[in-house]
Amino acid sequence: MRKLTFWQRLYLPEILRGMLVTTRHFWINVLRQRHTVTQQYPEKPTYVSERYRGRHRLTRKEDGSPRCTACMLCATSCPALCIHIVAAEHSDPTVEKHPASFTIDELRCVFCGLCVEACPCDAIRMDTGIFALAAEKRENFIYPRELLLGDAMPENIAEGKAPAP
Amino acid sequence: MAKKLTIDGKEITARDDATIIQAAHEAGIVIPHYCYHPKLSVAGNCRMCLIELEGRPKLEISCNTPVADDMVVHTNSPKVIEGRRGVLEFLLINHPLDCPICDQAGECGLQDYYMSYGLYQSRFQEEKVHGRKVVDFGPDVVFDSERCILCTRCVRFCDEVTHTNELGIFERGDTAQIATFPGKQLDNPYAGNTVDICPVGALTSKDFRFKIRVWFLQETSSVCPGCARGCNINVHHHDGRVYRLKPRRNDAVNDTWMCDAGRFGYKSLHENRLLEAAARNDAGGLTPATMQDALARAADLLRDRNPATIAVLAAPQGTNEDCYLLAKLTAEMLPGCRITMIAGEPGDEDDFLLRADKNPNSRGAQDMGLPALASPDDVAQLAAAIDTGKIEMLVAVDVDLKAIFGTETFARLTAKLQALIVQGSAMRPGSEAAQVLLPSAAYVERHGTFTNFQGRIQRFNAAFAPPGASQPAWRIYRRLANLLGADWNYPNHEAVWADIADTVPGYGIDYAAIGDQGCLISSVDSPPSGRG
Ligand code: SF4
Ligand code: SF4
Ligand code: SF4
Ligand code: SF4
Ligand code: FES
Repeated sequence: MRKLTFWQRLYLPEILRGMLVTTRHFWINVLRQRHTVTQQYPEKPTYVSERYRGRHRLTRKEDGSPRCTACMLCATSCPALCIHIVAAEHSDPTVEKHPASFTIDELRCVFCGLCVEACPCDAIRMDTGIFALAAEKRENFIYPRELLLGDAMPENIAEGKAPAP
Repeated sequence: MAKKLTIDGKEITARDDATIIQAAHEAGIVIPHYCYHPKLSVAGNCRMCLIELEGRPKLEISCNTPVADDMVVHTNSPKVIEGRRGVLEFLLINHPLDCPICDQAGECGLQDYYMSYGLYQSRFQEEKVHGRKVVDFGPDVVFDSERCILCTRCVRFCDEVTHTNELGIFERGDTAQIATFPGKQLDNPYAGNTVDICPVGALTSKDFRFKIRVWFLQETSSVCPGCARGCNINVHHHDGRVYRLKPRRNDAVNDTWMCDAGRFGYKSLHENRLLEAAARNDAGGLTPATMQDALARAADLLRDRNPATIAVLAAPQGTNEDCYLLAKLTAEMLPGCRITMIAGEPGDEDDFLLRADKNPNSRGAQDMGLPALASPDDVAQLAAAIDTGKIEMLVAVDVDLKAIFGTETFARLTAKLQALIVQGSAMRPGSEAAQVLLPSAAYVERHGTFTNFQGRIQRFNAAFAPPGASQPAWRIYRRLANLLGADWNYPNHEAVWADIADTVPGYGIDYAAIGDQGCLISSVDSPPSGRG
């Protein structure tokens, strides 16, 4: 190791130099506030890019029924094996099948977006912008169909942002 | 006389009456096809099996062209591939292409061949002809006319195999469709096979529909335990659960078919399973116990008794390995005990596959040294012996005690009996009266062999591990015998088989040599082909 000189071992000049930088930024922030990078989260919602992969949602047809046809291609492509679908016969004989149950274990999900990519009918999206999932129990991270469709409010869950309209 | 020809540059000797597709398949060259089926008559309507025959100007269908000497056949020339592409284009003109919601996706002939020979860019601009969807054909079969390619395999099956003639082609042109004849339902005892042979998703099984996508399934070769025929099957399972059974080809036993009763037999595998061992505590209740403790209890109950007061009640449901060790256990450790083999109610029988004996191993059980099937008189005698106190203890193996004795008699007998040991894969009526419950594995969870009514030894394989504490029955008998003082060393089922091969007449064959198609008991004079 290189030996420090006497002045360097005093540390004082370096401390003063550091304080100078700090003081400069302090006054810049006080005088020109709109250039600050600090975000007032969670008081103010943060900016989320349109392509951001947030919590999933299931989309609906015009008549309000889920678009999902229970083809299980999302479950097939999911690397975390966290999508569980139970398909059932539809009451309308012209419709082949529908998801009687559709759950995503958001704790296992790695938010890769492959499910969205795999879906042949745009039934699952990750465009909610919801990134701050929180719950008190593990079970509450297993999102049922109703929650993904937006019919139910997540029990015991405080979310970073209201669901996209 | 055999015919010599060349297929794809390979010199092949074929049977005189073979068609080109048969000769090619026997030589390991697969020619794409839809309507051809090895066990049905030739229809020649799908045109998928086109091949090029040197010296002929146009492509020929290989399923209906007999072989001849010096033929030169090309199955993969550019002209053939062009032809197949054209055939596929026509087949798909009115096809709905609803693969994502079609149950056949993943095992569909159209998908598979289109991946290899498809046109990919559709040239079809017009409106597709729409057909009937989700048409109820019968108790298990649903039909979708848009997906049907009119190969008539299903029609020929009902005409030629079951002779029940439920299906036909109605109308013509692009409105032609398969339907059941008025007032008829596709409800013959073999109807499920139409779903298997339909090369596309036009016929689907109500039972299997939407349960799981087929690409999640694993396949294990097995043998149906539904009756004495022992049809060869594949078990399709995922994650320790059986989703369906499919027939596996064995020309000596079941050709390529199986009956519906056998097909749906898998359901009982997941019902009422006995998962943990249990023993009766001092207060008189059944409490869960480890296998070790339960076996020790059972050994204690057996040890302190004159073997002549012990009766064993078994059904020929066990494998040869189970039966062999049960016979050995009773002969060596409990000499003089009374063994009664229960056949259960006889069921339907026909001149095709179904046998009245609903046990898979009645033949094998006797060969292994267990007694012949009991008559109702034998059961009455056993009940009387319990009543008079001559029999003090009962060991029940895979039987429905209440059905055998009748509910009231059984209640009286349990009061008389000093001990009851029940071994089985499921909780059956009467099991709850046991002092000791020993859970055994079902056939899909273990390796083993059955001997069918023809005397054909057939091997089946474990699809997944036995659930809970259950174990193959032979292992339970081995542990019990060792607790009773024997010194048996059978580390696995093959060791038990090796012992059988050494001692049982006719069974002297290597376990591996039994193979996937089974083999006939060597010393027994059995009819060489299936329909005995
Ligand atoms: S984002 Fe990825 S890990 Fe999450 S559910 Fe979709 S496919 Fe599975
Ligand atoms: S891929 Fe789409 S349509 Fe298919 S099951 Fe998943 S969400 Fe439903
Ligand atoms: S239903 Fe299936 S087996 Fe029957 S004709 Fe149509 S495609 Fe062939
Ligand atoms: S005929 Fe017998 S062995 Fe064959 S599938 Fe039916 S029950 Fe099983
Ligand atoms: S298989 Fe030859 S025409 Fe169908």
